[in-house]
Amino acid sequence: MRLVLKSETDVLKKVEEISGQNVFSCYQCGMCSAGCPMSEEMDLLPNQVIRLLQMGAFDEILGSSTVWLCASCYTCRARCPRGVDLARLMEAVRLIVLRKTKDDYIPPARMVKEKLPQIALISALRKFTR
Amino acid sequence: MKLAYFPGCTLKTTAKKLETSALAVAETLGLKIEELPNWNCCGTVYSLASDDLIKQLAPIRNLARAQSFEYKTIVTLCSMCYNTLAQSNILVKNDGEKLKKINEFMSEEEDYRGEVEVKHFLTLFKEFGLENIKKIVKKPLSKLKVACYYGCLLLRPKRIGIDDCEQPHILEELVLSLGAEPVNFPYQVECCGSYHTAVKPEIVAMRAYRILENARENGADLVVTSCPLCYFNLKDRQRDVKRLYAGFKEMPVLYFTEIMADALGIT
Repeated sequence: MRLVLKSETDVLKKVEEISGQNVFSCYQCGMCSAGCPMSEEMDLLPNQVIRLLQMGAFDEILGSSTVWLCASCYTCRARCPRGVDLARLMEAVRLIVLRKTKDDYIPPARMVKEKLPQIALISALRKFTR
Repeated sequence: MKLAYFPGCTLKTTAKKLETSALAVAETLGLKIEELPNWNCCGTVYSLASDDLIKQLAPIRNLARAQSFEYKTIVTLCSMCYNTLAQSNILVKNDGEKLKKINEFMSEEEDYRGEVEVKHFLTLFKEFGLENIKKIVKKPLSKLKVACYYGCLLLRPKRIGIDDCEQPHILEELVLSLGAEPVNFPYQVECCGSYHTAVKPEIVAMRAYRILENARENGADLVVTSCPLCYFNLKDRQRDVKRLYAGFKEMPVLYFTEIMADALGIT
């Protein structure tokens, strides 16, 4: 992958502030991506998201589906040898995107129209809408 | 000791079977469980951001309410409620400033002191004693091969997990005490896709297929779980699994309390 580095340090600062995580703790072993149950659907692997954050390449992450596919299952967090809570980093990026725009990532009208348990709807609304 | 039962929204609708069977089992075991008055939705997913304290209000309000009715323990059945209540509880226990802010905001409640314990029914049953459960089994589930599915939120993050987050055995021990045989089940802690069921059902169906086939390969007759969302994803999404994978055969999915009620002779 070729990318233009703009080193958006203010965005990185915000990610670290919201998540309470230090992205430079990650040494890129890839354990998070190896165990991620969603990785096959993702265009960026979880460890690549951290690498891009380390490099300040926030634009690359913005256009990616990865943070939205993360279902906060905490598998990566349980296995990370460096104690990085990747689930919190993913949440921070989602929130920065949702707070920046006026739109929901997936508006309620585009959600599945069938009988669902409330917990499915409430959590989807919490993760995908403003 | 009085225990406050926190049902959460789904236990009154799609997961009614979980509530009915669990409360019947608890009654048979002689556990004193009362539904928490005026409970509200816990928010279902614990907020992972340090700057939106407003999302901690829903769970903390329930804990404050339990405290005001003098309950020391709140017990839940839904894995999502358990996770949210337990994580929020730890957050305010360890951060006096955040607790103070929340208390000042919810002026209609008494100040929450961070002392209520959040427990899952499975832990409650284990504390009751699996040997004691074994003694009152009326119809042992002999020859029944059970795949115990935990999903994510009962076990992770570690500090609120009810058991080991990679190799749990609390459900297996319970199933053994009912006379059934738990099968080896490597996918038991793998995420089912959770709330993606509301936006991308096919992603959930693909995960459900992997999990259910893993149970089948290991000889399971059925899968048991405690989470109403896992239950929906593993059971109801089988209609989508069938569309995606030709030849897929249905796999029964039940709440762990349903097979408990059967074994204890509760009808």
